[in-house]
Amino acid sequence: MTAKSIPAWVTAMVRAFFWLPRSARAGALILVVLAIVTLLAPLIAPHDPNAIDPTHVLAAPDLGHPFGADALGRDVFSRTVYALRTSLAIVFAAVAVASLAALPLGTVAGYFGGWVDQVISRPLDMLLVLPALLLAITLIAIVGPGSIVAALAIALIYLPILARVQRAASLVVAHAGFVEGGRARGWSSLAVLRRHVVPNALGPLLVQAAILAGFAVQIEASLSFLGLGTQPPTPSLGLMLSEGRDVLTQAPWVEIFPGLAIAVIVLAFNLLGDGLRHRLDPQGMVS
Amino acid sequence: MLQIDDVRVRIPVTGGRWVEAVGGVTLSVGSGEIVGLVGESGCGKSTLGGAVMGLLPSGSQLSGQVLLDGRDLRGLTAEEYRRVRGNDIALVSQDPSASLDPTFAVGAQVAEAIRNHRDIGRREARERAVELLRAVGIPDPGARYSDPPHRFSGGMKQRVVIAAALANDPSVLIADEPTTALDVTIQAQILHLLRDLTVRTGTGVLLITHDLGVVAQVCDRIAVMYAGQVVEQGTVRDVFADPLHPYTRALLDSQPAAHHQSGDLPVILGQVPDLTDPPAGCRFAARCARVHDRCTAAPPVVETRGGGRVACWLHDALPPVAQEAS
Amino acid sequence: MTALLDVRGLVVTFPAPGSGLRRKRVHALSGVDLSLRRGHTHGLVGESGSGKSTLARCVLGLQRPDDGSVVFDGTEIVGLRGSALRDIRRRIQPVFQDPLGSLDPRWTVGRSVRESLDAFGVGSPLDRERRVRELLDLVGLSPDHADRHPVQLSGGQRQRVGIAAALASGPDLIVADEPVSALDVSVQAQILNLMARLQRDLGVAFLFVSHDLSVVEHVSNEVSVMYLGKIVETADRADLFAGPVHPYTRALLDAVPVPEPDARLVHVPLSGDIPSPIDPPSGCRFHPRCPRRVDSCSRELPALTPVEALNSTGHTPHRVACPVVLPARP
Repeated sequence: MTAKSIPAWVTAMVRAFFWLPRSARAGALILVVLAIVTLLAPLIAPHDPNAIDPTHVLAAPDLGHPFGADALGRDVFSRTVYALRTSLAIVFAAVAVASLAALPLGTVAGYFGGWVDQVISRPLDMLLVLPALLLAITLIAIVGPGSIVAALAIALIYLPILARVQRAASLVVAHAGFVEGGRARGWSSLAVLRRHVVPNALGPLLVQAAILAGFAVQIEASLSFLGLGTQPPTPSLGLMLSEGRDVLTQAPWVEIFPGLAIAVIVLAFNLLGDGLRHRLDPQGMVS
Repeated sequence: MLQIDDVRVRIPVTGGRWVEAVGGVTLSVGSGEIVGLVGESGCGKSTLGGAVMGLLPSGSQLSGQVLLDGRDLRGLTAEEYRRVRGNDIALVSQDPSASLDPTFAVGAQVAEAIRNHRDIGRREARERAVELLRAVGIPDPGARYSDPPHRFSGGMKQRVVIAAALANDPSVLIADEPTTALDVTIQAQILHLLRDLTVRTGTGVLLITHDLGVVAQVCDRIAVMYAGQVVEQGTVRDVFADPLHPYTRALLDSQPAAHHQSGDLPVILGQVPDLTDPPAGCRFAARCARVHDRCTAAPPVVETRGGGRVACWLHDALPPVAQEAS
Repeated sequence: MTALLDVRGLVVTFPAPGSGLRRKRVHALSGVDLSLRRGHTHGLVGESGSGKSTLARCVLGLQRPDDGSVVFDGTEIVGLRGSALRDIRRRIQPVFQDPLGSLDPRWTVGRSVRESLDAFGVGSPLDRERRVRELLDLVGLSPDHADRHPVQLSGGQRQRVGIAAALASGPDLIVADEPVSALDVSVQAQILNLMARLQRDLGVAFLFVSHDLSVVEHVSNEVSVMYLGKIVETADRADLFAGPVHPYTRALLDAVPVPEPDARLVHVPLSGDIPSPIDPPSGCRFHPRCPRRVDSCSRELPALTPVEALNSTGHTPHRVACPVVLPARP
């Protein structure tokens, strides 16, 4: 294979990887591995995650069941792999939706200021003062539980935080000479936003999104643990914790492995977020 | 007063290399005298000020002598230097807002400057602080003593900084671009005040500036720095009337004020040399209009009439500067 | 000859920083008249709060005035929108103070220079590339610079890029707000020479905003002196510097540091602080600091009045806003 046949996006990814500080590379690497695991879940999981096996109730880890089996004899390893898939999908969807909504709202609020800012920022501030879980539980009480609702609830919690960060970054860039210059050179305000403001103000939003993604795993787990998120029998990390709690003393592996998975994801996102902060947010706009 | 003798400063940069920010500077500031240290960005003038204040970036190497009233400051411990700073030498820097704590009353900050170095009571320190604020031209100093810095304009803040700097009658004041952030009519007030106070108290001032006009307004002597070295020094009158070093001449010529009419300004072509690897001979040679073969060797420092000195081969017929006993 | 730019009675206020229901307003411009002839340079000097930058922004169409008019080559530009505004912008271009902040750090020099060509859709992409190279050559940079980023350039080179970007659309007027203030003296001289050469060769007019009287004296044909939102004196360059009339202009000229052996500062030219434009003094804005004030100064706002006797060149009437120093009318 010659160098020319490597697609451009691959070289861009590799370059981005080495642009990260060392600790963040570890975080990125963990996330890439986890993403591959979830994508290839059917190939990796040795068993059907929902297959009940009365002969293996609370079986200890062995070669056939590397993480043991739960109270219904289901393979904990297979369930963890599928649960990772559910949780990461929810987290990814939640952070993506929140970021995509926060990007235009925050950019416009910061750039135009004045009454535009008031109209956008005040309602978001009101969301921000409500406790996160209360907000989520209220939404779920209205719409009913489920994975998609959980994702939307997390997105709703994150929207005001991300919009605030984007607003602050956009406010700083809005005062740069090249932004005024862009208008004087004949571009409309919207074009200046797209060409100058968004590319230069994007860093802090990415940092905040990466850090929040780690916490999103925890929120998703909490909601599922409370029975408000993913519904059984679909495996999710929070649900597995909830199930494992009842058998903690007899079969700790039912609890430990999904718990470890949560810890690893949170750690990976935090490493990545910290590294991105180092590179993209030198002014420390992200709290 | 202040005697700087063959001072060199090397500052570490990435890749294990060093920048020779100051490359052998000899300079003195006498009692009640204002010496202007001028040069363009990166010439090392602020680093030299930092060397005198004992405030160099960590890891820097300093050689040569910095004598204050005959005492070598180089060997001082951190604690000894702390006692010298603010007492025997004081600093006024460019941004008065950064020099004042935004949460404390300005008067208290002046009083603190006194109590840091003298064992006197609160009331006495307060009285002296009010006196100082009056001396630097703060109207109604008794009432304004308790105001926080944000209630003062930029010029008034700089007056407070000067009051704090002069609180302990220092021998020498290092003023690093003290009026660069101020409007021109306010700048004139501050420069006038600075000269007035130092002449009265006998404090010597090293005025670091990029503005030759400011030097002409208040300084007694001038030292022109280029690429870490002083290329020419002398009385303001001598140097401005008849600059001997080609760099000094070029710098004066490139000022629009020197022409009073349109037409092209003379420019200095080329770039400042890279100080991680300074050229062996004259550092200005590559840009000098009067360069010739001898300039590849370090130029002699010669004495000019009027007690100035210049480092240039064009003037090697003049008597060399006698090595000072140190 | 008609003026290229004619500003009449310009008033700009904006909300003072801070919050609260009854926010005070900053009085940035309080009725300003100014005119600029084709191919000339009009220097605008003043200290903090004088409103000189706000005036520049109004001319660029970046700030909407509360009142007054800005007529460019016969067209009123206040209130213009859409394509009409774009057409005017093509002919009025800015050069900013901070050469680093005025270039997008993520863009190559070539893209920044090309920005207005892209906006106005001038020529084919290939034509634009060629034009960028011509412009870089015009401002004394090599074509290789097109592929560099601003951080890789020196301050002087960045300002050359800023000038090339302003020239790209072929403007009749360049509004330069403190274009050399951030530069070292020797670099400043190069940029001033460049601007003078461009004016000679291309016939472009400059509105040159600066706090530095020496620079303004060097580049301008006419000069206006501003103080707290008002123009206090306007004249031909030679008239103004040889015979300043307004007490503020005189004090300002006294205060300017000149690098000459006899330029000692013997007295303080002007005492007191510059008042805040949030709460400007009544009457003549300068009266609280003025050495020549009389009782009426705190009540009456003086208008810019032409003074025939002071006009030596005959181009621009020498106008002064101070009844006290004016010779009595016959």
